[in-house]
Amino acid sequence: MAENPQRQAAATRPLSPHLTIYRWPVTMLTSITHRATGMGLSFGAVVLAWWLVSISNGPEGWQSFHAIMDTPLGLLVLFGFAWSLVFHFLNGVRHLAWDLGYGFPKQVAERNSVIILALSLLGALAIFALVWTGYGGYLR
Amino acid sequence: MNSQTPLHKVEGMGPSHSGTGHFWHERVTSVALIPLSLWFLYVMLGLAGTSEVTALQFLAHPLNALLMGAFVVFSLWHAYLGLQVVIDDYIHTVGTKIILMLLIRFSVIAVAATCLFAIVRIAAL
Repeated sequence: MAENPQRQAAATRPLSPHLTIYRWPVTMLTSITHRATGMGLSFGAVVLAWWLVSISNGPEGWQSFHAIMDTPLGLLVLFGFAWSLVFHFLNGVRHLAWDLGYGFPKQVAERNSVIILALSLLGALAIFALVWTGYGGYLR
Repeated sequence: MNSQTPLHKVEGMGPSHSGTGHFWHERVTSVALIPLSLWFLYVMLGLAGTSEVTALQFLAHPLNALLMGAFVVFSLWHAYLGLQVVIDDYIHTVGTKIILMLLIRFSVIAVAATCLFAIVRIAAL
């Protein structure tokens, strides 16, 4: 291929987008968080499989699952899954609304991003609070 | 000027060779997952702090087994479609891409099959 006569100019031209120096708009944060939580939940499916198998293995299976998941690290992982599920759920509903043409104005998108981030955290905390205050286990 | 062959134009599948199928399946599975994830959350909260007998009895009920099966199938199908996009976006080497795509496909099928087998086994216990 011939030498690019504009190489000199091209080298000094500003590049875009420069992700590392961008001031992150909150919409960018929720966008990548949607992907991250989606990947996290995919790994969560493995834990769901393990949980179902442990139930099908009787009391010993159930205990082996709980011996690992009832540790602080296990609970942190479960909290991560709970938050990821709530976030991906709420932001997923927003994606469906976007597909229908709603929620695109800049201010609306930014406001909804903040609402979803706050609600997802509150939702995950509420789930754990319900269990710890004894409101879980109602299927007993 | 259009470089598309007449056959390509008639098929209307674009450069993905699958048209809008991927996009559409992602939306359909996500709509199905709205009620299913709410149910799943209700179940997880309801079984928290109980014994394996409670979980067994709950999942042994045909309706609950069916719903859990549907949740597993739709979430893993949705996960498969989503992970495909992640690979499409970040991996640009053909060989690596094919290997990762196959790996994800096999993993998703393996996890789904494990879940479904466990559900059936619980029902048969």
